[in-house]
Amino acid sequence: MSDAQNIELANAKQEYTITVYTENQIGILNRIAIIFSRRKINIESLNVSPSEIEHIHRFNILITETEEVLRKLAKQIEKQIDVLKVYYNTNDDIIWQELALYKVPTDVVAEKVFVERLLRENGARVVVIRKDYTVFETTGHRSETDKLIEVLQPYGLIEFVRSARVAIIKDSEGFNSKLREFERLEPGQEVIENEFLDKEKDVFTM
Amino acid sequence: METVQEEATTLAQPKKTTTVSGAVALLEGLIAEGTEVIFGYPGGAIMPIYDAIYDYKEKLNHILVRHEQCAAHAAQGFARSSGKVGVVFATSGPGATNLVTGIADAQIDSTPLVCITAQVFATLLGTDAFQETDIINISAPVTKWSYQVTDASEIPAALAKAFYIARSGRPGPVLIDITKNAQIQLFEYEGYTPCNHIRSYRPKPIVRNEYIEQAAALINSAKKPFILFGQGVILGAAEQEFKAFVEKSGIPAAWTILGAGAIPTDHPLNVGMLGMHGNYGPNVQTNSCDVMIAVGMRFDDRVTGRLDKYAKQAKVVHLDIDPAEIDKNVKADVPVWGDCKETLPLLTNLITERKHDSWLAEFKAFEKIEEEELIRKELEPQTGELTMGEVINQLNLLTKGEAIIVSDVGQHQMIACRYGKLNTSRLSVTSGGLGTMGFGLPAAIGAKLGAPNRTVVAVIGDGGFQMTLQELGTIMQFGVDVKILILNNQFLGMVRQWQDLFNEKRYSFVDITSPDFVKLADSYSIAGRKVTEREKIVEGLQEMLNHPGSFLLEVMVGKEDNVFPMVPQGSSVSEIRFK
Repeated sequence: MSDAQNIELANAKQEYTITVYTENQIGILNRIAIIFSRRKINIESLNVSPSEIEHIHRFNILITETEEVLRKLAKQIEKQIDVLKVYYNTNDDIIWQELALYKVPTDVVAEKVFVERLLRENGARVVVIRKDYTVFETTGHRSETDKLIEVLQPYGLIEFVRSARVAIIKDSEGFNSKLREFERLEPGQEVIENEFLDKEKDVFTM
Repeated sequence: METVQEEATTLAQPKKTTTVSGAVALLEGLIAEGTEVIFGYPGGAIMPIYDAIYDYKEKLNHILVRHEQCAAHAAQGFARSSGKVGVVFATSGPGATNLVTGIADAQIDSTPLVCITAQVFATLLGTDAFQETDIINISAPVTKWSYQVTDASEIPAALAKAFYIARSGRPGPVLIDITKNAQIQLFEYEGYTPCNHIRSYRPKPIVRNEYIEQAAALINSAKKPFILFGQGVILGAAEQEFKAFVEKSGIPAAWTILGAGAIPTDHPLNVGMLGMHGNYGPNVQTNSCDVMIAVGMRFDDRVTGRLDKYAKQAKVVHLDIDPAEIDKNVKADVPVWGDCKETLPLLTNLITERKHDSWLAEFKAFEKIEEEELIRKELEPQTGELTMGEVINQLNLLTKGEAIIVSDVGQHQMIACRYGKLNTSRLSVTSGGLGTMGFGLPAAIGAKLGAPNRTVVAVIGDGGFQMTLQELGTIMQFGVDVKILILNNQFLGMVRQWQDLFNEKRYSFVDITSPDFVKLADSYSIAGRKVTEREKIVEGLQEMLNHPGSFLLEVMVGKEDNVFPMVPQGSSVSEIRFK
């Protein structure tokens, strides 16, 4: 690719998924959120949940911006004391899913829809069947979850909810080894481990 | 010394604990961290801490300020003159919100502060209780870290983390909010353990040798290299390392407003100040150098002017401890991540000893033009109204570059920074990034307490002085020896200058009247004098400097003098103008 093309690509806005590993501390969500709002950047979707490592949370943040902005944002987020590591990836670099739930009236669905075909075609499954309503669930990309809304809309979709994007980075080696590195790194010769730091659960609770 | 055997028995025993209140644990922790001075103001929620400090008067010097904002500024002044962490106490609600300006100032100027705010009882959190405010979230954008303590047992660890974070890496303000119940609560205190490692926080990036090598190669092959230095040199206590680097490389070096004094102002390779009101040579040469070496500075817009016309011809080497600063405003060709105290000696080792005589001569030529066209008129006017510059010039002659000059914000600040003579580091204290009017007087109080053996001169305008003049009360009560030099032009001068230059002299609300400052000082039992004639300047300054204790000297200067040179906003640094 020519330099001009590269520059163009770096200046083009596109979807980026930011993955942030943080300590499980009250207030870190706000500290991360204001990094975006301060620059008037809209967060399109946000997922925060415990990671595979105890006490460490994983954020998935979806925004549409240029790579240059992403690079700066990532550094600002990583600068937060309670943030361990930040990655940002384009859609090509990740496997991602969103989960959606659809509530529809049971009688209409039972009467008018070939439920089995509908589930099969949309990769959906039934979570709950009650006399008054039925809840379907599907996972997929935005377009896929959107499609089922269209299908169900005519049958009186009562309620719909979609989760934030969760994403796995294709070529990541996982965070466990990285974390061990953080715990080992730095402290100078005269390490006086703060006795409370390893027991943060015991001390830093509210 | 204990014997090995004794040590072994000590280790085998369970830790000794004492039952103390959260407030006492806080004070013990502050003492363990070497705190000498606390700037604070009491109130309802912080009363348990103030009750405890009543018994610690011998060990902790608490300075009662007259407004919490000034507690923060005073702590900044203390931190800047001493190199230590400034400590602030404020109560909940308005006490805490009043700190915010000072905290924001400390954040943008990388000043280490530990701010302790009190909070309502934990059970009342979120109920809009009396004097409850969500200071953790209000302060989040302007603190390096913050934490709310709701249980006394958290205090030692939270405080240890706070000090470690405030002073390590790129320093900054931290805030600990302690609920009233946690201050009162008794708990088993095991003593204080300082913190020096947090797994999610790496204060300094690891130095990468390939970048040091690349930087050295660029510097060695450069024909017109140019060094820009900022406060990073001072914060990293790397003045000696920096001087060695500058002298071996023979490269002309210019400073940002906060980098002033990192090498002496009269060092032969110190070519002056950068930026909007900086010197002619450094601004113009920015756009003719071939290699730019930025050390511990962040390319603020007041330094760079228009970015797309800033040093485009130059290869940029950027040394910084904060990875987020590299490539933020100016793209670095060689990013030298790390603490400059470590990276500078590595770089100095690899560079060849050189002299850049003809390149340096270019700077001298620009200096001569600026001197003739501008500086002489400013510093040695023979007729006409008094100038701010001549007052600073006379001050320099008397203090010989050994005094701490604290400045407020505005025209006088630019003059004080441009012309102030500084023989060593930590002699200039000013509000650089935030530009907080009212900073000067309280910061001077802190600066004096941080460096008691230095003369501290607070250079302040008539506008800024009126923002925090209540601190005359603090000066009076605690006998702080601060020399207050008010340069009175009867205007909010910098805004008036912009209205003059860019708004067709539409002087909109910049005409400010003042009280009789000398009488005001007198009512605080502070001696004072007003100077309106050229012949009396030296005498007035001498009286101020020789006076035992604080003194207020007001000098009436030209009403409509402008500060030049100037890089107008939106212009390139090479479009610097003299009028």
